[in-house]
Amino acid sequence: MSNQIIQGILLGGYYALIACGLSFMFSVMRIINLAHGSLAVFAAFALWWLASRFHISPFLGLLIVLPLMAAIGWALQRFLLERSARGGALLPILTTFGLAIVIDNMLFEQFGADTRSLAPYIGSLSYDSWEWPGSIYVGKLAVIMFATAVILLGGLQLFLTRTRLGRSIRATSEDPDTAGLVGVDARRANAIAAAIAMVTVGLAGAFLGMRATFDPYAGAPQLLFAFEAAVIGGAGSLWGTLIGGIVLALAQTLGAQVHPQGFLIGGHAVFLVVLFVRLSTSGLGLRGLLRLPSRSAP
Amino acid sequence: MSLLSVENLVVRHGLLQAVRGVSFTVQRGETLALVGANGAGKTTLLRAIAGAHQPAAGRVLLDGADLTSVPSHRRVGMGIALVPEGRKLFVQMTVEENLLLGKTAGRPGDWSVDKVLEMFPNLKPRRHAKTGHLSGGEQQATAIGRALMSNPDVLLLDEVSLGLSPLIVDRVYAALQGLIVSGTTIILVEQDLNRALSVSNRVICMLEGRVALEGPSKAVSRDDVTKAYFGLHRKSPGSVPA
Repeated sequence: MSNQIIQGILLGGYYALIACGLSFMFSVMRIINLAHGSLAVFAAFALWWLASRFHISPFLGLLIVLPLMAAIGWALQRFLLERSARGGALLPILTTFGLAIVIDNMLFEQFGADTRSLAPYIGSLSYDSWEWPGSIYVGKLAVIMFATAVILLGGLQLFLTRTRLGRSIRATSEDPDTAGLVGVDARRANAIAAAIAMVTVGLAGAFLGMRATFDPYAGAPQLLFAFEAAVIGGAGSLWGTLIGGIVLALAQTLGAQVHPQGFLIGGHAVFLVVLFVRLSTSGLGLRGLLRLPSRSAP
Repeated sequence: MSLLSVENLVVRHGLLQAVRGVSFTVQRGETLALVGANGAGKTTLLRAIAGAHQPAAGRVLLDGADLTSVPSHRRVGMGIALVPEGRKLFVQMTVEENLLLGKTAGRPGDWSVDKVLEMFPNLKPRRHAKTGHLSGGEQQATAIGRALMSNPDVLLLDEVSLGLSPLIVDRVYAALQGLIVSGTTIILVEQDLNRALSVSNRVICMLEGRVALEGPSKAVSRDDVTKAYFGLHRKSPGSVPA
């Protein structure tokens, strides 16, 4: 049993990693990015292309792909999301939904339907494990992913609370009009936030490719897990995202223990239970559902 | 040369013309009081000066430089700071974080978190409290402090006494008196006419988006201002809309 729990917690690190960008973008920019999974798969393909074509290790490839993702995030915010956000809350959701379809099909056109993986390019790391006391074997990659998730979420938390830029980003998310009046360039703050979110998406894509396989249409399931982890953890809270990822993964692992097909069902069940509990305790409505912080001063 | 001048400013909210061709100038070190009934356009005028509203016509000049198309965040860097109506603090953030945000524009000057806390000693024990949990007076002090942190040349104060008890208002104005003496240029919107006249050098009374009366605070009487306030000075009563 303790083995399942440890494996579940480590898997939770991966889910937290893919949920991180989604949660960050929602909390800071109030945008639910439905292209999240597709962008992660795009990053995975970029790493795969660098590895198979130029024999660049995926870890080194991140040095190229992460800045690229940051640039994509910046451009996305400036040229797509900022404009669509002026049309109301629904429009950015539809925009990112369309973007997901465009990315998926462009990847399909470019790379075909073959299933790929980054595992062949990282040596023995994809299957190596450490033996922990009690003859529990933990995958090295799983531990690295969990550590990355903790460092990333903790780093983002520190960045948001301790730095001037982080404060500017939080102020913009709370009240962009007043942020401008105290000297914060709200457009710049949002574009930087989008760039940061896309860097985390790039990392998520790298680990997606290393731990499993992906194909051009693998984005949607990733989005689903990210969404579930973010909502369970309370969208917008970074540490909550880690907890949410762990809860989701534990539910899946325990579900699989109950029945061989219980993996996905366990996860979905917990997600729905959390959703209904939150609906009934905080009153109906999206605001309570996602546990949004209130915007207006009393 | 005047520090700030507003020339024929017109600001609209959609179809509503809130400010209709207002012009005035403010000298360095002067304190200008804006009075007028609700809906006279005072808040819109201040927000347009701060850059939060794009005017439909007219110009705003600071030290002779045209600011009209400059966005609000850059105006802070040029020395204009607004204490908005309703305080508009970032309620998820602490007093200290709100104050530090005021420094974003990076204008040189001697305002610091410690100096603001010295000016408003009631904030000292609340330094790390979220501003959403503060009393009205503490919130107002934080909002004024946040504006001062940008070391402004022109401080715009929009109804700083709104919703505060008389005792707290006295305290806020005692702090403002210090600023006025130190030579900060101030434009303030105040509903309390006596207070507006006693604290300012000059007063402008607005009516339906226009300047109805302008004069030195010492020279204008309460009666003049009251007449302008209600539009009683106008010759034809037929022009008063329902």
